[in-house]
Amino acid sequence: MNGIPWKEAAAQPAAVGPAPWRATPPGRWRRALGEAAIEGLLFLAALVSVATTLAIVAILVWESIVFFRSVPLIDFLTDTQWTPLFDDAHFGIIALLSGTLTTTLVALVVAIPLGTILAIYLSEFAGYRVREFAKPFLELLGGIPTIIYGYFALLFVTPMLQKLYPELPGFNMLSAGLVMGIMIVPYVSSLSEDAMRGVPMDMREASYAVGATRLQTALFVVTPAALSGIASSYILGISRAVGETMVVAIAAGMQPKLTFNPTEPAATITAYIVQVALGDLPHGSIGYQTIFAAGLTLMLITLLFNILGHLLRKRFREVY
Amino acid sequence: MNTPSTPAHAAQAGLKALVRSLNFWYGDFQALKNIDFPVEQNRVTALIGPSGCGKSTFLRCFNRMHDLYPNMRYAGEILLYPDGVNIVDRHVDPIEVRMRISMVFQKPNPFPKSIYENVAYGLRVRGVRNRQLIDEKVEEALRSAALWNEVQDRLDDLAFNLSGGQQQRLCIARALATDPEILLFDEPTSALDPIATARIEELLDELKERVTILIVTHNMQQAARVSAFTAFMYLGELIEFDDTRKMFTNPSSKLTEEYITGRFG
Amino acid sequence: MDSPRQMRPAGESEVRWRRRVIARRRAWDWLFGLVGVLALVLAASVFAALFSEMLVAGFRHLSWDFLTSFPSRRPADAGILSAWVGTTLVMLVTACVAVPLGIGAGIYLEEYAPRNLLTDIIEINVTNLAGVPSIIYGLLALGLFVYQFGLGQSIASAGLTLALLILPVVIVATREAIRTIPQHIREGAHACGATKWQVVAHHVIPYSLPGILTGVIIGLARAIGETAPIITIGALTFIAFLPPSPFSDPHRLISFDWLMAPFSVMPIQMFNWLSRPEEAFQQNAAAAGLVLVGMTLSMNALAIWIRYRFRKTIKW
Repeated sequence: MNGIPWKEAAAQPAAVGPAPWRATPPGRWRRALGEAAIEGLLFLAALVSVATTLAIVAILVWESIVFFRSVPLIDFLTDTQWTPLFDDAHFGIIALLSGTLTTTLVALVVAIPLGTILAIYLSEFAGYRVREFAKPFLELLGGIPTIIYGYFALLFVTPMLQKLYPELPGFNMLSAGLVMGIMIVPYVSSLSEDAMRGVPMDMREASYAVGATRLQTALFVVTPAALSGIASSYILGISRAVGETMVVAIAAGMQPKLTFNPTEPAATITAYIVQVALGDLPHGSIGYQTIFAAGLTLMLITLLFNILGHLLRKRFREVY
Repeated sequence: MNTPSTPAHAAQAGLKALVRSLNFWYGDFQALKNIDFPVEQNRVTALIGPSGCGKSTFLRCFNRMHDLYPNMRYAGEILLYPDGVNIVDRHVDPIEVRMRISMVFQKPNPFPKSIYENVAYGLRVRGVRNRQLIDEKVEEALRSAALWNEVQDRLDDLAFNLSGGQQQRLCIARALATDPEILLFDEPTSALDPIATARIEELLDELKERVTILIVTHNMQQAARVSAFTAFMYLGELIEFDDTRKMFTNPSSKLTEEYITGRFG
Repeated sequence: MDSPRQMRPAGESEVRWRRRVIARRRAWDWLFGLVGVLALVLAASVFAALFSEMLVAGFRHLSWDFLTSFPSRRPADAGILSAWVGTTLVMLVTACVAVPLGIGAGIYLEEYAPRNLLTDIIEINVTNLAGVPSIIYGLLALGLFVYQFGLGQSIASAGLTLALLILPVVIVATREAIRTIPQHIREGAHACGATKWQVVAHHVIPYSLPGILTGVIIGLARAIGETAPIITIGALTFIAFLPPSPFSDPHRLISFDWLMAPFSVMPIQMFNWLSRPEEAFQQNAAAAGLVLVGMTLSMNALAIWIRYRFRKTIKW
C-alpha cells in the first residue's frame, strides 16, 4: 500500500459544525450503572433456578443423612419389606421400587408404541388439516391434571378391567399403569415428532428420488436420523412415569409390597410419600425422615434418566 | 482545503472521517488488515469487492455493530470529524457513536410497530418526549426518505404492511430522524426489485446534500451510478481507493481491473 | 445390492413386476395410515370416555350451591367454595413469583448471558429442573418453606412451591419466544443508538409477549392441577372457612394475613372426596373434577389460541 497519496494526508476536518439539532443523551456513567443494575437483577432471577436445585439436593440429603444414621444403608438396599410405621419396622426400598418399576413398565408398554406411531403419522403421513387439529388436541390431553387421570383409572378403567377379569382387586397397578401410559403419550409423541420434523427435507427427497414410499422413507430414513431425539422422548416418558404420583396413589393402592405382578395392588415411592404426608407424622420422627430418603431415591433415578436424555439430545443436536 | 494528496473530485469538501491502520479480528481471524481510508463530507463513498472481502465488516466498524458480539477486537483508528474522536477506541461509548452514525441494513428491518413509531424510535431512545418535536422530525425524515406522500394518511399502520421498497425507505427515514452525521448503507438494495432499487438510488443522490454516505454494494454498476469515491476491497485489505470515474475507467491496480471487468467475483 | 432385473421372477415382464411391487408397497403405506388414524381415534376415545364418565357421575351435582358451599360431612350439601377460593389465591402467589422470575431468567439467558461455564450450568439446570417430579418440589417445600422458613401449611407455602415448579416452564417459553426474534431487529434498534436494556424493553419483550404469555398460562394451568406437592406440604383437606379478606383489617389498606392462612385447593378437595368409600362423595369428586378440567382446559385452549393467532400476525 506504499505510495498511496491519502495515507500521508493530514486530517482535514470539515469546516461545518455538528448537526444543528441533537438531543443530549443522558449521562454515560449513570446509564451504564442502570444497565448494570438491570443485568444484575436478571442474573439473580436466573440464579433462582440453580438455588432451587441446590435447595432440593440439600434438603433431601440432609434429612436422608439423619435417616441413614438410624437405618443402615445395607438394610435400605437389601431388605424386602417396607414397614416404617409398624412396631417391627423394615426399611427395604426394594418393596417400593418394585411398584414403581411395574407401573412404569406397564405405562411404557402403552406410551411408547402409541406415542411413536402418532409421531410418525403426524410428522410423515397426516395432512396439514389433521395435524393442525391433532397437535393441539394432544397438547390438551397432556394438560389434564393427573388427579383427573387418577379418578379415571380408579372409577372407569378398573371396573372395565374387572368385567374382563373379575378377580382383579379394586386397587391394582395394571389400571394405574395403563392410564399413566395414556397420560404420557402426548409427551412422547410431541417430542418424537419434533425430532422427525427436524430431519432436513433433502434427506426425504433423496429417499423418494430412489423410489421409496412414504412408509419406507419414514421407517428407513427419517426415524433413524431422528433416533436420538426419539430415544430422548422415551426417556422423558420414563422419567415422567417414575415420578408420577396421583394416578398411582389413587388407583394402585398404598400397600408397599415386593411384587412385579401388575394385577396386584402395591405402593410406589411416590404413593408412599403421599401416604405419609396424609397422616400426621411429627417433624423429625423416623417416619418423617423416610419420605426424604424415598424422595432422594426417586430424585436419583430421575436424575439418571434426565442426564441420559440430555446426552442424547446433545448428540441429536449435532447430527445436522 | 484543496490538498494535493486527496483525489481531485473531493476538492471542495472536507474530511468527515479518516480511517488509519484499522485492523479487526473475529477471534483469531483477521477480517480487516491495515486499512487507510478517507471519508469525504457530503459525498457518497462506495465499498465494493467480492463477497467475504470484509466490506460489510468494515462498514459495521463505523457504528460499532461488532460490539454486540463477543470475541472481537479493533486496532487502529477511525477518526470522526469535526472533533477528531477515535470511534473504535475502547473508551468511546458505542452508543454515542451510534447516535452520530446511523445504519441502514441489507434486509429492510422495520420494527413490528407503527410507521410513526419506527421513525420516532431514534428520538425515543434519546429520551425526547416533546410530541410536537417528534411529529416534526418524523415528517421531515419521511419527506427526506421520499416516503411521506405514500404514508402520511396511515402513520399508525403497522410497518410490516408496507412493500419491501417502502420498508427500506422507512428504515432510511428511521436512520435520518436523528440527524446522523454519517449514514451507513449495507447493500441496501440487494433484497429489492429493480424499480425499488432505482428509487433508493435517487434518494441517495438527494441525501448526500445533508449527510455523508458510506455504502457497501455487491453491484458495481450501482457503485458507478451513485458514488463519488469508490474503495475496492479484497481479502480484508483495501486494494484501491479513488475517484469513482477514475476507478471504473482507469484502475491503477491489476486486481481492481480484473474485478471490475468481471474476471472474478 | 441386486439389480431389480435379477430380483424379478422369470417370465414376468419388467413393467408388470414393477407395478406389482409398487402396489404391495402402497398397501403398506395405506395400512400404516390406517394405524395412525386408529391411534388418534384411540386417544380421542380415551379423552371422550374420561369426560363422559365424569359428566355422567358429576353433572347432577354441578350447581350454584356446589360452587358456593363449604365442604360438608353430608355429600349432598358439600361444595367447593373454599377450594376454588384457595386455588385462586395460591395461583395469585404463584403467578406473582414465577412470572417475573421466569421472564427475567429467560431474558438473561437469551440476551445477556456470556458463553461460560456458569451459563452452561444454569441452562442444564433449567432443563433438569423441568424433569424433576412434582412430588420432589413438595418435599423441598416441606423442608424449606414449612419448617425452615416457618411459613407453615399456608397459601404462601403452596404458592411458592408451585412457583418453583412452573419456573422452568416459564423460562423455556420465554427463551423460545425470544429466539424467534430475528437478530437484524436487534441490530436495527442498536443502530438507532438504543442501549441493551432499551432493546430488550422496547423490542425483545413486546415482540415475544404472546409466546411468553402462552408459556405462563400453560404453566399456571399445570399448577392448578398439581396435587402431589400440595399434599406433601401437609395441606389440610377439610377447610370450612375462607382465608381473611385482604380488606378486613381496619388499620391497613390491604392486609396480607391471607398469605399465612390455611387453605384447600381444587385437586386436594377432589382427592379428599375420591378417597372416601361412599359413592355419593365420589360423585362430588366427579363434579369437582369437571370444574377443575374446565379450568385447565380453558386455560390451555386460551394458550393454544394465543399461539396460533400470533403465529399468523407476526411474520418476520
